Amino acid sequence: MSLHTLTLAQAAEKVRRKEVSSVDLVKALLVRIREVDPRVQAFLDVNEEDALEQARLRDRESPSGALHGVPVLLKDNMNRRGTFCSCGSKILNGYRAPYNATVVERLEKAGAVFLGRANMDEFAMGSSTENSAMHATRNPWDLERIPGGSSGGCAAAVASDMAFGSLGSDTGGSIRQPAAVCGCVGLKPTYGRVSRYGLVAFASSLDQIGPITKDARDAALLLQTIAGHDPRDSTSLPDAVPDYSKALEQGIKGLRMGLPKEYFAPGLDPQVEKLVRAAVEELRQLGAELVEISLPHTPYAVAVYYVIATAEASANLARFDGVRYGHRTSEPSDLLDLYGRTRAEGFGPEVKRRIILGTYVLSSGYYDAYYLRAQKVRTLIRRDFGEAFKKCDFILTPTSPTPAFKLGEKANDPLQMYLADICTIAANLAGICGISVPCGRTGGAGKPLPVGLQFLGPSMGEETLFRVAGAYEQVCRWDRNPGL
Amino acid sequence: MNYEAVIGLEVHVQLKTRTKMFCGCVNAYGGEPNSQTCPVCLGMPGVMPSPNEQAIRLTALSGLLLGCDIAPRCKFDRKNYFYADMPKNYQISQYDLPICLNGQMELMKECYPKDAQKDIQGVKQVKLTRIHLEEDVGKSFHFENCTGVDFDRAGAPLMEIVTQPDLNTPEEAFAFLSTLRLVLLYGKVSDADMEKGQMRCDVNVSIRPAGEKKLGTKIELKNLNSISGARRALAYEIERQKQALARGEKLVQETRRWDDDAGVTSSMRSKEMAHDYRYFPEPDLLPIDTTPWLDEVKRLVPELPMARKQRFMQQYQIADYNAGVLVADMDLADYFEKAAAHAPNPNAAANLIVNDLMRELGAASLPITQSPILPKDIAALTTVVESGKISSKQAKDVFAEMFKTGKNPDAIIAEKGLSQVSDAGAIEKFCDEVIAANPKIVTDIRSGNAKAVGALVGQVMKLSKGKANPAMVNEFLKKKLS
Repeated sequence: MSLHTLTLAQAAEKVRRKEVSSVDLVKALLVRIREVDPRVQAFLDVNEEDALEQARLRDRESPSGALHGVPVLLKDNMNRRGTFCSCGSKILNGYRAPYNATVVERLEKAGAVFLGRANMDEFAMGSSTENSAMHATRNPWDLERIPGGSSGGCAAAVASDMAFGSLGSDTGGSIRQPAAVCGCVGLKPTYGRVSRYGLVAFASSLDQIGPITKDARDAALLLQTIAGHDPRDSTSLPDAVPDYSKALEQGIKGLRMGLPKEYFAPGLDPQVEKLVRAAVEELRQLGAELVEISLPHTPYAVAVYYVIATAEASANLARFDGVRYGHRTSEPSDLLDLYGRTRAEGFGPEVKRRIILGTYVLSSGYYDAYYLRAQKVRTLIRRDFGEAFKKCDFILTPTSPTPAFKLGEKANDPLQMYLADICTIAANLAGICGISVPCGRTGGAGKPLPVGLQFLGPSMGEETLFRVAGAYEQVCRWDRNPGL
Repeated sequence: MNYEAVIGLEVHVQLKTRTKMFCGCVNAYGGEPNSQTCPVCLGMPGVMPSPNEQAIRLTALSGLLLGCDIAPRCKFDRKNYFYADMPKNYQISQYDLPICLNGQMELMKECYPKDAQKDIQGVKQVKLTRIHLEEDVGKSFHFENCTGVDFDRAGAPLMEIVTQPDLNTPEEAFAFLSTLRLVLLYGKVSDADMEKGQMRCDVNVSIRPAGEKKLGTKIELKNLNSISGARRALAYEIERQKQALARGEKLVQETRRWDDDAGVTSSMRSKEMAHDYRYFPEPDLLPIDTTPWLDEVKRLVPELPMARKQRFMQQYQIADYNAGVLVADMDLADYFEKAAAHAPNPNAAANLIVNDLMRELGAASLPITQSPILPKDIAALTTVVESGKISSKQAKDVFAEMFKTGKNPDAIIAEKGLSQVSDAGAIEKFCDEVIAANPKIVTDIRSGNAKAVGALVGQVMKLSKGKANPAMVNEFLKKKLS
């Protein structure tokens, strides 16, 4: 059996039992990456020497942490001291992180080895990873198709066995949607469950770091490692971290499963709907009780998101100005020219579009009509979920309305692209948790494409999500080999 | 035409905290540039702010000192603008929910410019609009071909105090800044030294015909680097506006820069070029609940200078002027209280401190905290004068010696044999000798020229080498010659 097909938990177990070394694991992945990545292009950077050196160090230690000696992959927007961090953007060209993100510290403490940086849409703005300033990443199931985004590099790498597991970030679906279209498990934790310190901010009130993995157990293992209060992130929650892996085995007998009618609207791909409906039936057979619910403000979620996220982004991305780090234009005539040309050269079109939009909605005279109004509707969306979770324990929806689309198909139509996140955005606005798990693949002509099923839980409801995902995984057997 | 000026101030004050506002860097600058920085205050990608509770408490304390309402709940906002000294290109500040709202401060007489104190009419109350907390920016240094930025100050806690347009003269603005500084010193909130940039002030000034209700065109003045500079800038600007109106010009709303060396203001930018700061709530910080610790902060409110002055006048029976001088320097007032505690006549101690000690310290350029004379020795000196052990003339010499050597007055009196003679027998003997030696004066006195006694007193003092108690000498001579 080839080592690269192991799950994160299996790899960790083998190191613990000294059946394999950390160096063995790293080498196996490096071979796989060399073989597959030229086609998938999930990585921006593979730190071969660095990864092997970390592995050698881990092999000399006696295993203690839960991830001892196990390589993990980070999205390119998390700071790891001494290494590049570009957010898929030219504007951070040459920037090396001077400090460690909290998640990096926690992974390091658990013994993990860092493999490299995964491609992403520039500053996490996109749903296809086509907005990366470096290159597009391909969907391992069909190289003509997108891997989703913005954490497309993570999902593609995990789906094609180039990484055991990875950390992505999710602002409006950037973990769950690529996980869905690549056939991975992707979890967006409750806002505040995982420290954002060291994650380059896109939209601060929406961003969360979370795992993209091969199965639910690995997601639980990674979340267990990175969750918990961090004094450096004021918005992180103080609640104790429960044992997530225990929840995987608890079953779902008696859990109430909410089906929101708004998420089964026109525009939903029939094959996706069929697979999701089948999953509902399977969950009922596992003992879940079906409840019809309504989230009436769902139709406004995308609009609200593109006001709030862009407003926050316009401030968060202001620091990339060529003064202290990253790209700087040549021979600026004065400070204004330095700012103007550095940013014109450094940012891609989607980032510029969102900065301009965000600047506009915050401008004097427009603030009330856009930003303030959006915040009010956000409260209504949050309230919708509050009401819904009085009637049910978790909510079931499709993760993405369609399977992976073709590269370039929506590249010139931002509005169509924005709708790729229609099922995932509300969870970020409400601050609740959500997980996407594979529920099968499309049939018919063309290559089979994975389809994702989303479970949403209330704030701090990750244990419930793992109960459902763990139980569902047992009955949803599907061939998850993309055949690369 | 007779014009009235309307002045409002925005005062920035650096808080005396151990660390910066949103990171653990030491709040100190002026050393090696960029030696007190970290990824957070440098605004590196991915960093997040952690609020400094001490700074929030000091701002609430300032609000309590200045009669403000302390908001039970407040929040931080982002103020967006680009400048090279601002690492994130937005400043974390407070927009619509500041820590402190409303408030007022009484201008202290002693805090007006010395030359304007005689013209003060009544007591002026200045209302405050708000006090909020924000982070300071870095400092730019312009070199021949480039600009360098020192970020040691970036992220330092900075409090902004905004007044209502209640001030009408440059002297009142001066008095406001001086009184404010004193109050903040009393609260140990800040060292508030404008010349060190610990207190910075922007001024809004307009003029209108006396009696007119409508406000004139508002002009903002920047770059006021000292309290006296603020006074000069306002005097210049008010005069400039008057002359412009007299020439029939129309004033435009603008920001003007004060050049202290040239003594003039010049236009920086007009209203059309004003920034749109696009404030919005800082998503990286939770709203602040002040209620859990507000009572604790209330207990830190000290006796303020105005109250202390009243107490000094009542408790120690000292004059308004002395009390004013004493409280205008917190250390001096503390010094006085220590001396007064041991002095039989606190008023004498106050005189000694305000007149003699202040003069000597001034000449030696020493602050009161480095006075060579200890407060208890001031008390001791007033005690020996009061008891008649030395004369007040001798006291002057003893004081000078105390200031020079730091010795206590008893030691100096003993060393120099200065003790006053109060022995009745010895004094009577001196008096008898002088009466015997001056028959002509004695006859004069006996024939009704009482003033001539003075001449005999002088003789006795001379004979006793100045040590005889003059009051006793007087008494003996009068008795013997009546």
